[in-house]
Amino acid sequence: MEQQDIASIQQDIVEEFSMFDDWMQRYEYMIELGKSLPQIDPQYKTDDHLIKGCQSKVWVHAALEDGRLVFTADSDAIITKGIIGILIRAFSHQKPSDIIAAKTEFIDEIGLKEHLSPTRANGLVSMIKQLKLYAVAYETQMES
Amino acid sequence: MKTPVLDVARIRKDFPILTREVNGQPLLYLDNAATSQTPVQVIDTIVDYYSRYNANIHRGVHTLSQEATDAYEQARVKIQKHFNAAKAHEILFTSGTTHGINLVAQGFTEFLKPGDEIWVSALEHHSNIVPWQMLCQRTGARLRVIPMDEKGELVLQPFREGLSNKTKLVFCNHVSNALGTVNDIEAIIAAAHEVGAAVLVDGAQAAPHIAADLQALDVDFYTVSAHKLCGPTGVGILYGKEAWLEKLPPYQGGGEMIETVTFDKTTYAGLPHKFEAGTPNICGGIAFGAALDYLNAIGMDAIAAYEDQLLAHATEALMKIPGMKIYGESARKTSVISFNLEGIHPYDVGTLLDKMGIAVRTGHHCAQPIMDFYRIPGTVRASFSFYNTLEEADRLAAGVERARQMLS
Repeated sequence: MEQQDIASIQQDIVEEFSMFDDWMQRYEYMIELGKSLPQIDPQYKTDDHLIKGCQSKVWVHAALEDGRLVFTADSDAIITKGIIGILIRAFSHQKPSDIIAAKTEFIDEIGLKEHLSPTRANGLVSMIKQLKLYAVAYETQMES
Repeated sequence: MKTPVLDVARIRKDFPILTREVNGQPLLYLDNAATSQTPVQVIDTIVDYYSRYNANIHRGVHTLSQEATDAYEQARVKIQKHFNAAKAHEILFTSGTTHGINLVAQGFTEFLKPGDEIWVSALEHHSNIVPWQMLCQRTGARLRVIPMDEKGELVLQPFREGLSNKTKLVFCNHVSNALGTVNDIEAIIAAAHEVGAAVLVDGAQAAPHIAADLQALDVDFYTVSAHKLCGPTGVGILYGKEAWLEKLPPYQGGGEMIETVTFDKTTYAGLPHKFEAGTPNICGGIAFGAALDYLNAIGMDAIAAYEDQLLAHATEALMKIPGMKIYGESARKTSVISFNLEGIHPYDVGTLLDKMGIAVRTGHHCAQPIMDFYRIPGTVRASFSFYNTLEEADRLAAGVERARQMLS
């Protein structure tokens, strides 16, 4: 099966979230997404894989498979797991160059705007930055 | 429903912010231990100052400057009376509690030598441990810790046994910000004085609930922030016994703190100005006085009695929730409830409560040593003030139960 591009995955996520009328349903769905997050191998749950700037702990690991980045993650908080799960769904199995170029406005459209503020303790901004940093690192590696 | 011992409906009308909505719900503000809300009487004082008599103080001969000076010095007297200090010049205006602590820590640099000892309690805000670590680095003194137990109370026996003529300073909060424990500072002060050590008490969390009687306590230094007492941010006081303040060197150089200056020599002004370099937060000081007027009109005893009622009611309601664990079970505590739900991260609970319009704090509350003691990443902390209602305590419990169901 052809891998969907980032923009169309994001569009799917926006459509799924648009079915909910209130915050409770949105958060319940996010909690469900958190439970189905591609689990990080426990050996990578180290300080090296920890994202700084979050009140809860978030570990992210990236590996290159056939020129595409595959992300796995975990968190000790369920809502944070849901947030990183949404990001991974949008960015995993993509080419590093596409991840670097990807837009992130869909977060706003699914009603998580409040999490986007850089001063929020949950570190959504740090998570996006970390995924993109992985992409930059692997892109540089592939070029050299 | 129990009857509140305070006319809360009337009091709530004084706080404009309490009519706000958050995420489509009426605001339920339970982060009072971080900062309290401001009554219209204090807001009006701030507006009046900037509208009528904003001027620099202590030097001007013009009318506005004299009015501002009078109001600022009257505020100092109000604070002196509220905390029953012997003299008004024992009250130093600061930018807040942290400033007061640093002023003392800096001043003690010249009184300490290698081998001397400073004691701090295990219940400290970690930012309050840093000034003492820095003081120890500067002087070679040793930092010792008064330990805590499972109930969140200080264990004084090791402290009593460890006191000696090497002990120069003891630092302890009156009330723990993370757990709400009211510490037995009377016993700590008496024990420290037996070996001639000075005692600094951080009253930031106590002041909203208890009007400390500084002379009766016989404490050497006591520090408070206005913003936890219905006043503005950026202003507070450090109380110091006159004899200590005379001994302590000035903290910062600048205007206000000098008597005469030539290029050869500067002589310092008397108390309190020796410690008040530069233009102070004049409006903030005056508004702090207005905040104390407001609290005293209600009555600190009535406030404490009502907050005890809120604490008991909220604790009972929360304890009905499955998996509820409350940290800090001292018999003497202020209206602070630090808790976790079994198997659920405090951040998740706090995020969902915010969606319900309920403002609580989550995290380690800047008290990592306490969290390490309990081996937890943090807690959810709900802190009540006299303008909260018994119905709001029930709403908190209902919100926590709803969050639990969503997260389990």
